[in-house]
Amino acid sequence: MIIFAFIRRACMQGVPLLYGSTGEIITEKSGHLNLGIPGIMYMGAIGGIIGGFFFEQTGADFSLWYIKLLAVLIALTTSLLFSCLMGLIYCFLTVTLRANQNVTGLALTTFGVGVGNFFGGSLIKISKADVPTVTLTKTSSCFATHLPFVDKVSQLAEEGRCPMVVSEICSTLFSYSFLAYLSIIIALIASHILMKTRVGLTLRAVGENPATADAAGINVNRYKYISTCIGSMIAGLGGLYYIMDYATGVWSNNGFGDRGWLSVALVIFSLWNPSLAIIGSFLFGGLYIVHNYIPNLTMQAQELFKMSPYIMTLLVLIFVSIKQKKEALPPAHLGQNYFREER
Amino acid sequence: MASELKANKVHEPLFHLAKRDNMPRHKALLIRIASIAVGFVFICVFAFLIVGWNPADILSTMLDGSFGTPNRRWDLFEKTAILLCISVAVTPAFRMRFWNIGAEGQTLISCLAAASCMKLIGTRVPNPLLLLIMLGAAVLAGAIWAVIPAIFKAFWNTNETLFTLMMNYVATQVTSYFVYIWSVPRGSGHVGVINSDSRAGWIVSGQYPYLLNILIVIVMTITTYIYLNYCKQGYEISVVGESENTARYIGINVKIVIIRTMLISGALCGLAGFLIVAGADHTIIANSVGGQGFTAIMVSWLGKFNPLIMSFFAFLLSFLGKGAKEITTLTGLDSAFADIITGFVIFCIIGCEFFIHYSIRFRRKEDKA
Repeated sequence: MIIFAFIRRACMQGVPLLYGSTGEIITEKSGHLNLGIPGIMYMGAIGGIIGGFFFEQTGADFSLWYIKLLAVLIALTTSLLFSCLMGLIYCFLTVTLRANQNVTGLALTTFGVGVGNFFGGSLIKISKADVPTVTLTKTSSCFATHLPFVDKVSQLAEEGRCPMVVSEICSTLFSYSFLAYLSIIIALIASHILMKTRVGLTLRAVGENPATADAAGINVNRYKYISTCIGSMIAGLGGLYYIMDYATGVWSNNGFGDRGWLSVALVIFSLWNPSLAIIGSFLFGGLYIVHNYIPNLTMQAQELFKMSPYIMTLLVLIFVSIKQKKEALPPAHLGQNYFREER
Repeated sequence: MASELKANKVHEPLFHLAKRDNMPRHKALLIRIASIAVGFVFICVFAFLIVGWNPADILSTMLDGSFGTPNRRWDLFEKTAILLCISVAVTPAFRMRFWNIGAEGQTLISCLAAASCMKLIGTRVPNPLLLLIMLGAAVLAGAIWAVIPAIFKAFWNTNETLFTLMMNYVATQVTSYFVYIWSVPRGSGHVGVINSDSRAGWIVSGQYPYLLNILIVIVMTITTYIYLNYCKQGYEISVVGESENTARYIGINVKIVIIRTMLISGALCGLAGFLIVAGADHTIIANSVGGQGFTAIMVSWLGKFNPLIMSFFAFLLSFLGKGAKEITTLTGLDSAFADIITGFVIFCIIGCEFFIHYSIRFRRKEDKA
């Protein structure tokens, strides 16, 4: 049954990556390569932590259902606000002020990771709260709530009243929190909007050739702003999921690690298609932790296994560029700013 | 009536933007200085909100943290030198508009190469020879790491930004692999100071710590400046950056220029890796470069790809880092404070470029008659 445990862990690892890459795909479709995604995901995480922390400090009674709901909503709102703010900074600098996207993105990552680690590390000192560590067990348990029947099925299986396989499959499919399912729903919706609707077509036109889109009467800057901010907010949810569900509300500096960059890699791997990113993210999630499930692996060999998601991405990148398939190429104006008066 | 008026009025935006070609140098410089000042205002406001100090205290603490003692000064200059070295290293590629964001990996893999020579050869050869071998290995490793994406870019136009980004993490994992193999005690994940008794493979600058590192970087910066501005190859790089078609038309072999430039870029990253291991750290960890490969990209861009201007920005960012460290040590706050204030200053400098390159023209007031 270890295979089911592995799949469950892989999916949990995959969810933040899926949020990050869905957000980045939406942004990249507008022609902006946002390398600030890792920083934005940190901001999403710390936003949730800050909101949840101050709410828990009020001493609200978490046994009431509406308090639980309120806790989730507050953490969700602060998280979205923080990541949206990052998206706005990025847009203002690259769209309005036409700054270099790579440099702005990297600065945003430095800044976001810095804000995350700084407030995560010194929130208690700043707020003068009387707790030893930033541990949001209560808020986290609200976020991690999953469907009740999964527990019942596994209880039945333990009593021998239903086969173990059924219970394992049941918990592999249904044992996640709402944010995990939301990530898949968002990816599917994003994929539908990008590929099947008028808005998506316009957005792709902006990313492929902004001058043509402009001539067709599309407000290029508005599309860029909206897609980047929505993309940032989605990516920020990845940070929130990681900290509230995966890390059970315990902040540790740099705990989120390089998952942000892995999301950027996943964008290439999924060929700018959010529904492919769903499969890709669970695959990457599996590759990220597979070293824990291979028996008798030495510490050094584990480090080599951790390389596998990046190697996979490299292979896809090379393969795609050699094949030159039209559908699989990045948006033509990715990374280039648009100025109407420039020819 | 109102609707009639509206219909007659042609919509005209409040202002429009125009590109401007040449702003006088002193004016551009003033704007840049002002932007850094605005960055410092942000820092002061932020620090006031967090620790409640007034701006004078914050600035004096930062100055004290950077220049207070001779050791701090040397440390500041050494940090500046390493950052400048990596920044200069990425510059040739950037001039070619090859967005190499893999300096982190290229430097780390050369740190690994230098450290492995130090570890495996040790005292078996005289120290100057060992240093030369280390330098050679580091330069070679950096060049190889950089040339792989360049080859794919040259022949298949593979996206170099994403390729070099991935190479960073491959380098990190390769380094972690060797760190675990060499770790003392076994499995701890720490190599510890290599050759701490024999000091084999250490750059020793006599009574002035880091003096040699700094001199090497100064020479390297000036050489690169001359190479980029006064050599035929440097000119070829600029032409390829401006327009590949033009380059092809005047008979430049674009593929060779791309590969050659990335070899140089990687080799210079190798020099930085050598200086980190032999000149400062004397050990290897997966975080030996510590994000400086990414900071260097910002420094290079802020310095307009000019190695001489870059030295100022490398110094500014190192100063911010050291100054912030002093503030966090005194207040017991988290050391990530440095990243936040660096972010503030960089955002301001990035933003100010707009006002140098574009002018905002407000709509002229129409006479109502």
